[in-house]
Parts: sequence; C-alpha cells; structure tokens
Amino acid sequence: MGIFIGGDTKLIVQGITGRDGSFHARQMIGYGTQVVAGVTPGRGGKAFDDAVPVFDTVAEAVAETGANASVVYVPARFAADAGFEAISAGVELVVIITEGVPVADMLRLLPYAREHGARIVGPNCPGLIVPGVCKVGILPGNIVAEGPAGIVSRSGTLTYEVIDCLTKAGIGQSACVGIGGDPIVGTSFVDCLEAFENDPRTAGVALIGEIGGTDEQVAAEYVSKHMTKPVVGFIAGRSAPPGRRMGHAGAIISGAEGTAAEKVRSFQENGIAVAERPVEVADLLGARL
Amino acid sequence: MNIHEYQARAILRDHGIPVPEGFVAVTPGEVRRAAEEIGAQVVVKAQVHAGGRGKAGGVKLASTPAEAQELAGAILGMEIKGHAVRKVLVGPAETIASEAYVGIVLDRAQQADAVMVSPAGGVDIEEVAATNPAAIMTRRIDPRYGLFDHQAGELGRFLYPEAEKAKQARSAAAILQKLYEAYLGSGATLAEINPLIVNGAGEVLAIDAKMNIDDNALFRLPQIEALRDPEAEDPAETAARAAGLSYVRLDGNIGCCVNGAGLAMATMDLVKHYGGEPANFLDIGGSSNPAKVVAALELITADSAVSSVLFNIFGGITRCDDVARGIVQATDSFDLQIPITIRLTGTNQAEGLAILARRGFQALSDMDGAVRTAVELGG
Repeated sequence: MGIFIGGDTKLIVQGITGRDGSFHARQMIGYGTQVVAGVTPGRGGKAFDDAVPVFDTVAEAVAETGANASVVYVPARFAADAGFEAISAGVELVVIITEGVPVADMLRLLPYAREHGARIVGPNCPGLIVPGVCKVGILPGNIVAEGPAGIVSRSGTLTYEVIDCLTKAGIGQSACVGIGGDPIVGTSFVDCLEAFENDPRTAGVALIGEIGGTDEQVAAEYVSKHMTKPVVGFIAGRSAPPGRRMGHAGAIISGAEGTAAEKVRSFQENGIAVAERPVEVADLLGARL
Repeated sequence: MNIHEYQARAILRDHGIPVPEGFVAVTPGEVRRAAEEIGAQVVVKAQVHAGGRGKAGGVKLASTPAEAQELAGAILGMEIKGHAVRKVLVGPAETIASEAYVGIVLDRAQQADAVMVSPAGGVDIEEVAATNPAAIMTRRIDPRYGLFDHQAGELGRFLYPEAEKAKQARSAAAILQKLYEAYLGSGATLAEINPLIVNGAGEVLAIDAKMNIDDNALFRLPQIEALRDPEAEDPAETAARAAGLSYVRLDGNIGCCVNGAGLAMATMDLVKHYGGEPANFLDIGGSSNPAKVVAALELITADSAVSSVLFNIFGGITRCDDVARGIVQATDSFDLQIPITIRLTGTNQAEGLAILARRGFQALSDMDGAVRTAVELGG
C-alpha cells in the first residue's frame, strides 16, 4: 500500500468517454492501475476499449465491480456533483483532476466527504502515483522511479520537474501527490505529511509549495512537531507581485498573507531545508536520505 | 475578477441592503449635473480596481456642483496604483454618527465562508486585526444552512451593543443576511461594506462596497460576467484570456512562455535568480495546441520591453511536438527580431526537437541552462 492508493485500489473513471478521461484512462491502465469501471451518464452498458465496463451511475459501477476509488475528469460545472455522487455510492477516495471548479461548490462538497469518511484529492490537481504500482490522474508514468522520496505539491508540471530531477539524481519516489492549485482543496499538505510519516517505504519528503494562503506555514509547524523524517521544501512565486493571481486560482498574495518570503521563513524556522531552484530539491533531499 | 464599487453597490441594493443613491459619471460635466440633481453636499469617488483611493486623493467632498465639477476634473484621469481613473461615483455626503465594518470572506484555512464585523469601521480591517483584534468578531458560515439568525443577531449586537441601539443591531443583522445572499448569488470570495454607517437619522446604511468574484463561478453567472470592465484591465491580459492563456504583465525584459502555473512561477523566480527580470507570467495551459503557442508568442513580443524569449515546456498533457509546431508557425507568420531560447522535455520530446531542428532551432533539455542562456541573450 502506498499513499492513499496502492495495489488494492479499484478505480472508476468518471467521464471515461470524454477527451481527457479516455486518454488518461488508457495511460492509467497501461501503468498497471486496476481501472474497473467507467461512468458516463447515458452510455451505460457499453465497454471502453472493449475492456472496461461503462455505467450510467457510480452506484451501479460500485455495486458491479466493488470499486473503492474514483477519478473525475468531467467539466468544471459537473465536477462537484460527480464528487457527491461518488461519495454517496460509498467510494472512499475521489480524485478531482478538473480545473475551474467554483470555490462555493468545494465548500459544500468537503463537509459531505468528511461526514461520509471519504477523502477528496484536488480539484485542479495532477493526482497521485505510487511508482511501479498504480497511478490515479495525469502524472506521467515515465519520469518516476521506485525509491524512498515522498513528494507532495500544489502544482502539476513543477512537480514533474522536481520528480525528473530526483529520478535523474538516482533518487526514486515512494509516492507523489499533487494536492491541487485551488484555494480550497480536499487533501492538505498536512494530510500527506502524516501519511508519509507513517509509510514505511518513505524515508524523506519534498514539499513543493507556492504563494497564496497559509497551508505551507501550517505544514511547517506540523513538520517540526510531528515528523521524524527529513523534509525539504521549495516555494514557487518569489518574484510574483502582490494582488495578482498567478494562474492557479489559489496563487495570490493577499495583503501581507501568502508571500513566498513568509513561507520560506516558516520552513527555515521549522527545520525544513529550502531549495532556491527546483534542481536543488534533489541535492538537499539526497543529502538527508 | 474585480468589480467596481458602483457595481457592488447595485448588487447590494438589489438584495435589499440600504445604499444611498449614486450616479456614475465619466466627465466633469456629468458630475456637475449629478451634484445638481442631488442638491446637497456630495462625495466624488474614483472607480478603480485598487484600494487606498482616499489616501491617493481619489475621494473628495464637494459643497457645490461647481466644486464637484472641479474636483472631478482632477480625479478623472488621475492614476491610482497604476490604474487610470475613467469613472467616478457621485453620491450625497451622509452625516456619519458612527462607522462600522462588515464583510464576508472566504477563509481558506478554515475552508468556509466567514463573516467579520467590527465597530471600528472606515479604516483598513487588516490594520484593526493587527492592532486591536478584540474589536473584530468572526463567525463561520456552514454552507449547508447559511448564516443562522442567532449568528447574525450576535454580530449585530457586537456592532451596536447599547440598549438604545437595539434597532440598529437588528438592521445590521438583517444586512448581514442579505450580504451573504448577495455574496452567494454573485459567486464572490469577498463582499465587504466599509464603512457601514449610522447616519444622522439613526439609519444603518452601506456607503461603500467591495466585491471580489471567483473566476471559476463566472460560467454560471452571466449577469456578473457582464460587469467586467475591459478598460480597467491590461489589454494584453484581456487578449490572453480570449486565447485561453493565463498572463500577467511584469516589468522585466525576459518574456516567459511556460506550461503550468507552478512551473511558470518557478521559471520567473529562476530568471531572477540568474540576474534577469521576468517580463511576464504566462501559462499556456495543459492541452496545448499550436494556435495557443502562436498567440502566446504574439503577446510576449508585443511587449516592447522584451529583449529575449524563453520557452520552458515540461510535456505531460502538453505535447512537445504541438509546442514546436506552434513556435514554427509563429516564426513563419511574423518576423521575430529577438533571440528565443527553448527548453523542451517530456511527452513527444523527440518529435518536437526534430520539428525545431528542421528550422534551425536548438532546444535545451534542462531548465537551469535554458534560463541562464535566455538571461544572457537578454542583455
């Protein structure tokens, strides 16, 4: 078992017949993920690529296949409802890849997930990968390698950059989790740090943060209080001006809150070594493993 | 998205919040006529997407229509934090017995909307939070049930605790309920009234309003999207949005074109690390197509300060061959006068490099090397 996903993950792809859903369903199957069902309302009874049964509802998919996780590729206006449907059907892990989900929708979805004991990862995230075992989402399988480094990040391609640097430096990964670039996400840095601390395959963690909000500061306090494994950090957006949104809905400096300098200081004060450049993450983590 | 004060006031009024009458004017003459219509002392307020308007001289009181016209002549056309003032709001100057702050804001850390109120209104609420936190009361809203009556009542009494102000406390509670409806109905992440005043007649009135809108909610709120003021935005950023790009203009000379927001920020940071200054943030997004790359390159090179262009592409969903085709198309369609440095790695890297090589472009595979080169070429 890895971090939130593993060999026993039986996955539903919500939106499997769409452009992104179909492409990434094939990628996940190719990587070895057990994709047991797809859901597209109105397309029930068909088979995706002659191999994966498609259902009209998540409830049917769960009843027929025993699925325990789902990944959501449906358009933003339907994404939160896809999450409600999956949770209602008893799915324990819902990974929302979709970008552009209204904040108000997430504020309603997250308490529902908590009450039902379900975990949401995302939205606006690349998903998760446990190298050599399973991937859920869009992280490219060809850049990862098996090893001891846990990765948690708010972004997509910057995470690939860091993973690639680690792999090229001979440092494989136990799991990589993209928690998403939105202001409200279902799984926090702290949730992931706790999982990595408890995961016997993980020896150290790279935490990739960015400007906006205070999640990195909360994570830094958690590291100093609760973690025995080394953590190194990187913060994107040191050169970003205040008050401007940098692509990610959550990447904005509001007032004095959310600056890169504040986050870097918080990391340093709590014993997290901070990389100046993405490539330095590999140097710093390698020296601590 | 930001909207103007006069637009936020209209939303509040539509939700039943008492807001004094106001006129929007774009010329000093219109301001004069508005002041004549009001027939009393007026306040003229710059309408720009920036805070600190009062300190910048963008809010003035006028006793006569002639004075209002004269002051408007100075305000219209002035710049506040880089935003040119093109519109003013003219309203009656209220007599103010007391000023309070009320706001609803997305609390990221608590993952909930929160109501904040303070009897210390009329000043920056962040300042009150820093210097006198006991003067602020905050209550979290459960999105499933909304703002409870008992919460609104408690917040209202916090603002007006005196027994003889029970009426004002009830008015404030009702205003908070309506403010939350306005917040929800507008897809807002911030809705504040500062100040909420008690006037000479003992009425509670909203005389200023500010709202920030969640861009992600706009698809289902066409009436809010219609409030967008293209004149208040950088034309390059408007063009970028139309092309499906995320772009923010900065002050430097290294034009950056990157896939992914986090990597785009990290690229800007690295430009700075190697002694350069980024000219922009630009994320071409996930599912790239060559047309987006062409639009991106047009945007970047339209900025005359740019002396060097840097592509940093880590292909995941984005395919390197698509980006390469876009670069070739763009350089075919207009004459690129400045050096271009390309970093291309990931999905379909070999195909992308081959396409570029046929046009004589050399691509680098590592980020640090590409950024260093682009900074050197930028001079």
